[in-house]
Amino acid sequence: MEVLSLRALRDNIAAGRTTSVEAVRMVLERIGRIDTMVGAYISVFEEQALARAAEIDGRIAAGLPVGALAGAPVAVKDNMCTAFGATTCASRILKNFQAPYDATVVGRLSAADAVIVGKTNMDEFAMGSSTENSGLRRTVNPWDTGRVPGGSSGGSAAAVAAGLCAAALGSDTGGSIRQPAAFCGVVGLKPTYGRVSRYGLVAYGSSLDQIGPLTRTVEDAALLMNVIAGHDPSDSTSVCESMAPVSDYLADLDRPVEGLRIGVVSSLNAGADPAVVKALDEALAVYRPLGAELIEVELPHFDYAIAAYYVIATAEASSNLARYDGVHYGHRSKQAEDYVAVYSKSRAEALGQEVKRRIMLGTYALSSGYYDAYYLKALKVRNLIRTDLVSAFERCDCIIMPVAPTTAFNIGEKTDDPLQMYLSDIYTISANLAGIPGISIPCGFDGRGMPIGMQILSPAFSEDRLLRIARMYERQTQWHQRRPDMG
Amino acid sequence: MSDLQYKVVVGLEIHVQLCTKSKMFCGCAVEFGAEPNSRVCPVCLGMPGVLPVMNRLAVEYAILAGLALNCRIARRTKWDRKSYYYPDLPKNYQISQYDLPLSAEGYIEIPLDDGRTKKIRITRAHLEEDAGKNLHAEGNYSQVDLNRTGTPLLEIVTEPDMSSAAEVRALAVELQRIVRYLGVSEADMQKGHMRFEPNVNLIITRGGRQYKTPIVEVKNLNSFRSLERSVEYEIGRQIDEFLETGRTLEIGNKSTRGWDDVREITVLQREKEEAHDYRYFPDPDLVPVEVDEAWLAEIQSRLCELPLARQRRFAEEYGLSAYDAGVLTAERETADFFDQAVRAGGEPKRVCNLLTQVGMKLANEKGGGIARLGPSTQAVAELAKMIDDGTVNATAAGTIFAEMVATGKNPAALADELNLVQKSDAGELEAMVDEVLAANAEAVADVRSGGKKAGKARGFLLGQVMQRTKGQANPKVVSEILGKKLG
Repeated sequence: MEVLSLRALRDNIAAGRTTSVEAVRMVLERIGRIDTMVGAYISVFEEQALARAAEIDGRIAAGLPVGALAGAPVAVKDNMCTAFGATTCASRILKNFQAPYDATVVGRLSAADAVIVGKTNMDEFAMGSSTENSGLRRTVNPWDTGRVPGGSSGGSAAAVAAGLCAAALGSDTGGSIRQPAAFCGVVGLKPTYGRVSRYGLVAYGSSLDQIGPLTRTVEDAALLMNVIAGHDPSDSTSVCESMAPVSDYLADLDRPVEGLRIGVVSSLNAGADPAVVKALDEALAVYRPLGAELIEVELPHFDYAIAAYYVIATAEASSNLARYDGVHYGHRSKQAEDYVAVYSKSRAEALGQEVKRRIMLGTYALSSGYYDAYYLKALKVRNLIRTDLVSAFERCDCIIMPVAPTTAFNIGEKTDDPLQMYLSDIYTISANLAGIPGISIPCGFDGRGMPIGMQILSPAFSEDRLLRIARMYERQTQWHQRRPDMG
Repeated sequence: MSDLQYKVVVGLEIHVQLCTKSKMFCGCAVEFGAEPNSRVCPVCLGMPGVLPVMNRLAVEYAILAGLALNCRIARRTKWDRKSYYYPDLPKNYQISQYDLPLSAEGYIEIPLDDGRTKKIRITRAHLEEDAGKNLHAEGNYSQVDLNRTGTPLLEIVTEPDMSSAAEVRALAVELQRIVRYLGVSEADMQKGHMRFEPNVNLIITRGGRQYKTPIVEVKNLNSFRSLERSVEYEIGRQIDEFLETGRTLEIGNKSTRGWDDVREITVLQREKEEAHDYRYFPDPDLVPVEVDEAWLAEIQSRLCELPLARQRRFAEEYGLSAYDAGVLTAERETADFFDQAVRAGGEPKRVCNLLTQVGMKLANEKGGGIARLGPSTQAVAELAKMIDDGTVNATAAGTIFAEMVATGKNPAALADELNLVQKSDAGELEAMVDEVLAANAEAVADVRSGGKKAGKARGFLLGQVMQRTKGQANPKVVSEILGKKLG
């Protein structure tokens, strides 16, 4: 059976051309067959998913109303709490942790009649760019199993690419949705900070984290955004709809943006692989005949983004992750003689290298005597980057740039060189620092057959236009229709 | 050592629990004495993925207290994370306010023993969440009760302006009175609603030179008595220590001591001030608080006449003794009741006596405030008027008050019913006086002799007449008749 888009699948189920049970079964069958190789999932909820699918099918058969997702099988990154199954963040410290509640997005998915088939692998606590930092499982790139799927939402991206779900949710702190989407040849949208509730998303960098969709098409991303976007009283940083209304992202999706002004930053191409630069140039050439105008813009502080990001994100992380101490839940060391040792040994035993590195970096940055030089300075840089983007958007509707300097790299290629790994986030981090939305869509393949992603950034709360701009390109190209051969 | 003189220097940190129904950052009930860990939710348990939502009422209470303490209210304030590891702190950081406290630079006026008052400067007052409680049970483990976790606390810090243990106590008592008047805290010591930490040292003058003793912070005192006693103890201890060791204040030699309630001594806890690094930084999960003009004005309108001002007014306006004015203003409810009864026409002194000698005693027995006792302020004013116009005497009024409480009837009806209306008919009383004089020749002789026993004998005869009338005779009239007959 052909792997369908979320939209097509939900329409088919809703119209009775297929059933939710059939769709879920197909996905479960594929997971059973190929996920031992891909490693996209940390947990799969076979029984629960089928029961839920049957319940939805029953409603459809009875002619009762059904939600926007109509029983389509979706996956959720394992850093979003679910009241069922484990929520591990791919960390040994939460290996058997059962959350007592559903994240707001999980509740919204369920309310829209999605069937959550499983929870996907990731870099531990979302810290990483290759999913190699998972403490529980290895995920490979469905296009080349010797390569990484990207990260940290590598499991979600690989699951969508390999047809192991109709769509997935990921989270993006410095590029963790967009970069794996690019590496796996799928669509990934990081919404504006505050657009989607973070309640129930296990925090990494609270001022940067945002949940978003990973899908096969731009339309699917719009459909999922319709489900998950909106104010949540449980998240004080989620934006009131009176200030920034949530639109129907599907309504105008196929209407091209007239007189589109695309911002390009030529100086940024220097750092990217020639294949990536070429694919991007060709993509821009697709927009021109659609009436788009290319405008050269500058982002003078772009180069400082990585440094600022790794101070702010790690500072917040050092505090956010303090609660994993073995006292109230999660792994507790059996070797501890007193409560201080419960802290130090539990954490030493069950947190991974990269997580420890970032906790130490962040602790250092917040320490007395260093706060001003690091944390405060980083906040100032963050403001400059935000200001750069705001002034750039005075001259253009969007900015197009690469998602990552390269396509998916080999497994193990960068694990010994964290700095090299950090540098691969160069193009994605600014959107998180500035809080603006960014989307990654497939725009070609390199010489080895690995997918290339194009990143489109737009002003805060302009997801509707951003999706329309992405859709303009998608309608002219077939990249998004290619699937890895998984047998 | 006879030339040694010293001055006491004390500053206070006070934690006041605000009496909101729900906690500072979640919807859990604030409740004392509930089953351990029964008033908790994912948010106050610090579960992965949860987010705090500010309790607006707690902020209003804190502002109200700040206004009463004559503080400058911040128009823009924020929340900061204070990091430290302890098992009663589930997130291992406390949400508090660091560099932008809600209130700052105020003062509190405290009454001194000699009737004067003294202004103690308030450095700051900020809001924060309380931690849980560690219960050190028998055996090789401790238990944690997180019911208190997240309870709103107002931390008030004074300048070191107090110069005796009595002043420290006076401040604590006055603060309790203020927060109760405002209705922002129950300030119940037994329930730990107020906790004190005095910082004590001495400025010693000897041989023309001045020495400062090292500052000692006494932790976690929860009664006025232990507060006062611990400061007294510290004064003596620090003099002894100075004489013995000559140690003086240096940077870093502030120590922390605990109060041993049984032995009534302070016990060393931490020798040197540890270089605590709390790594404060703004909590990215909460938005800054803007206190605009309208909100502030609305809160300001809830301010009431404060206890000390009221006490002063009762003394000056109504001619009450400082003692009586103090008793009446100890609780706002009593003071309000008194004010209203006086406004309803009761003579202040009479109303005061009725309330302090009868009403408050009855209220205490019933275990509630005077307003919940039953009799209205009008009825009490009525009763006061009946004493004034001689309808009943003071003793009978007490009986009537008690019956008013028991039956809810009005005082005039009760006076009739209970036969307590005074006999002022001179003719009737004169006959009775004659009978008493005839039966007590000895006492009559004593009075007439004008000797030492005369006064006592006259009182005896008056008592005999009162007894015969079952207390209904107007003692003034009886006294006049006696005077006339005995000369």
